[in-house]
Amino acid sequence: MSTMTINLKVWRQKNRNDSGHFEDYTVEDVNEHMSFLEMLDVLNEKLIKEHIDPIEFDYDCREGICGSCNLVINGVAHGPKHKTATCQLHMRNYKDGDTIVIEPPRSAAFPVIKDLVVDRSAFDRIIAAGGYISVKTGSAPEANLIPVPQDVSNTAFDYATCIGCGACVAACPNSSAALFTGAKLAHLNRLPQGKPERDKRTIAMVNQMEIEGFGDCSNHGECEAVCPVGISISAIAEMRRSYMKAVF
Amino acid sequence: MKLDPKVPEGPLENKWSDHLRDIKLVAPNNKRKYNIIVVGTGLAGASAASSLAELGYNVQTFSIQDSARRAHSIAAQGGINAAKNYPNDGDSVWRLFYDTIKGGDYRAREANVYRLAQNSNLIIDQAVAQGVPFGRDYGGLLDNRSFGGAQVSRTFYSRGQTGQQLLLGAYQAMMKEVNSGKIQDYPRQEMLDLVVIDGKARGIITRDLVSGEIQKWNADAVVLCTGGYGNVFYLSTNAKNSNVTAAWRCHKRGAAFANPCFVQIHPTCIPVSGDYQSKLTLMSESLRNDGRVWVPRKKGDNRPPSEIPEDERYYYLEEKYPSFGNLVPRDVASRNAKMVTDQGLGVGPTGLAVYLDFRDAIKRDGKAVIEAKYGNLFAMYENITDDNPYETPMRIFPAVHYTMGGLWVDYNLMSNIPGLFVAGEANFSDHGANRLGASALMQGLSDGYFIIPYTIGNYLAGETLEPVSTSHEAFSEAAKTSSDQLDRLLAVKGDKTIIEFHRELGKIMWNKVGISRNREGLESAINEIRALREEFWENVRVPGEKNYYNKYLEFANRVADYFELAELMAMDALQREESCGCHLRDEYQTEEGEALRNDEEFSFVAVWEYLNVNGKLETRMHKEPLEFEFVELQQRSYK
Repeated sequence: MSTMTINLKVWRQKNRNDSGHFEDYTVEDVNEHMSFLEMLDVLNEKLIKEHIDPIEFDYDCREGICGSCNLVINGVAHGPKHKTATCQLHMRNYKDGDTIVIEPPRSAAFPVIKDLVVDRSAFDRIIAAGGYISVKTGSAPEANLIPVPQDVSNTAFDYATCIGCGACVAACPNSSAALFTGAKLAHLNRLPQGKPERDKRTIAMVNQMEIEGFGDCSNHGECEAVCPVGISISAIAEMRRSYMKAVF
Repeated sequence: MKLDPKVPEGPLENKWSDHLRDIKLVAPNNKRKYNIIVVGTGLAGASAASSLAELGYNVQTFSIQDSARRAHSIAAQGGINAAKNYPNDGDSVWRLFYDTIKGGDYRAREANVYRLAQNSNLIIDQAVAQGVPFGRDYGGLLDNRSFGGAQVSRTFYSRGQTGQQLLLGAYQAMMKEVNSGKIQDYPRQEMLDLVVIDGKARGIITRDLVSGEIQKWNADAVVLCTGGYGNVFYLSTNAKNSNVTAAWRCHKRGAAFANPCFVQIHPTCIPVSGDYQSKLTLMSESLRNDGRVWVPRKKGDNRPPSEIPEDERYYYLEEKYPSFGNLVPRDVASRNAKMVTDQGLGVGPTGLAVYLDFRDAIKRDGKAVIEAKYGNLFAMYENITDDNPYETPMRIFPAVHYTMGGLWVDYNLMSNIPGLFVAGEANFSDHGANRLGASALMQGLSDGYFIIPYTIGNYLAGETLEPVSTSHEAFSEAAKTSSDQLDRLLAVKGDKTIIEFHRELGKIMWNKVGISRNREGLESAINEIRALREEFWENVRVPGEKNYYNKYLEFANRVADYFELAELMAMDALQREESCGCHLRDEYQTEEGEALRNDEEFSFVAVWEYLNVNGKLETRMHKEPLEFEFVELQQRSYK
């Protein structure tokens, strides 16, 4: 088992109003089986012992599903491994002596709270605007009453797997939330259960996206490239079609 | 302490419907006069919050994550059980009830478990209507898979991400009510105390995790949906931020804690690789449908698995339990994995692993079929271990996964503190001494969608609640207690980090309060926990300050509670002089090494009361007897 020395340039920012700066750190004895976040844990343990405030970063499940972690690593959201969230990135992807730059996902709609932690509540407000099917508890019909063709259900599932991490926004030159919003629309709009509210939902979510200060999509495709669960950019095309149908 | 489970009289299948007939209602125009706090927004919390808001109550939701959608329910993989009997294989509400109560080794209340089975079908209807994309067959109807502990296929699934899809369904329903103004949602807020006034739960104290501010919130009822306490072991499959603090602080305010020693160790997790490891990753139990568990028959057989011939492979589950084979319940699978590794038959660099092999399934069904079923799990495994499970068997080992114990609740899911309701993994209610696979999602949603919304109305309609404001002295006292503890933690300024302490505590728990336990180990665990707790308060280093975002301060505050909980778990394991479900006492086993229950003396829920006697922690155990009117207690056998 090989161990490595890794050099880090990490964004430190005290709070929302601080202008922020990069700090250099060195982590020794990095094991190839460590996850990227475990490498940061090890660094933080060292900083705490040296009475330096540890680096703040978001994480929770550490199995790639909760969407909490969202580091921008060497300029790429979630780092170099395709379809992989930061917590599932392992140090075997790096070599001894590498220098790694770590930043928060940057967007006017995601203000920095501290260091690498940002406020992504804009996503919640987009969902609140219309990202649901209205069905009061207890009012649902028998589950097998409405068959859903297998391919429709499978495609809906593919879009529904979005983990809401915000990598798409961080990667987009326009800070657009089109992939996030489009994925939820592509999930709900194609299901028979989701049809009655399709137009209302589409307009409300697209409008909210603008209100939150996300930019528009100009088809760079960076979002799809960094998405840890591989949401297809077709979601955005579907969103546009649904929106045009809904408003005209 | 008064413990009345309030189980309705009458035949098992009518108890819930009779109760619904009898309970009091709050009129629609009066519901808007009530404020309800929901803490935690996983399956139980989000479903309760949305359902209560739909009814017209004013709801406030709190979660420690940055969004309600990130609660750890999201990580549940395999599926959710329901008694729909779509596959026509003989399932029924009774059979789901029976499997669950048997799977829990007869340490749960019959009435609660039966209601859970009854509600299971409603959950599937609700989730489908919300647009949860469950797996479907070619005709477009819902598909089922089989799961451990059952001989029917009753598990609904969304590939390996069922928890995610169900949680997003509940979260979306909740966000709809945020939009309508019936829910005020407060993410990044951690509950630090319960406020009890005139013996009733009337509010909570939280810390705003961004500003560090201690805040006071009043309400007419509090619903706690804060999950389990598996992270007391440091390494577990729980999310890093999952914790016991909200539940434990309620316990310290008088809420009884039931069966704290009942901890489920999941058999199929990725083995530990090193000291830096921060968590363990579960591989869904559904893999045992097609994977075969084995170890080499010969001790120290270091050949690569592909070179070990068939007759030198020990398929120990298939040999010992021919009728259930690899689909035995989790506790049986975990215990057997420990048994074979204790015999020196373990595999991999540490010897603490067994194989889960898909060779035969791939040969039988083809790679494409296996990939369609488990593709994301295989990819996850390969990413973590750098091994390709299509070509070489997975290495797996048990890990702490779920806690059946939790705050004590009656049939209405109300704790012994009036107005404090507890739902989901945070309560002790339905799984007895062992939870079956695909039953956690079912219970969280049954509690949140279909129980709490009714029973809370019954409580509110039957009580005269004087208005309280947050200027009441009980709020100031609780806020000061919470704030003082943070100051105490920061003031220690010792040499050891919080994680070092937590890891040490976890080792004591894993070794002595883990898969198997015995008197000697438990007694020494209690002493070691006490000594380490003392050292923690003298020598922990908590960085930073309390008036800004400080994750390590949050951890320190939670670890302080784990130290108290850990001792209670060991005490509970010590008093239960029998083996049942996940609780295996070495002293109480059958000749074949199976759990040996003692129904005469231990057919009860151990209910622990916290007493603060002149500032010293004292605990007292009470017993809620378990009476089995409808099922006959049997020695569990999966042979």
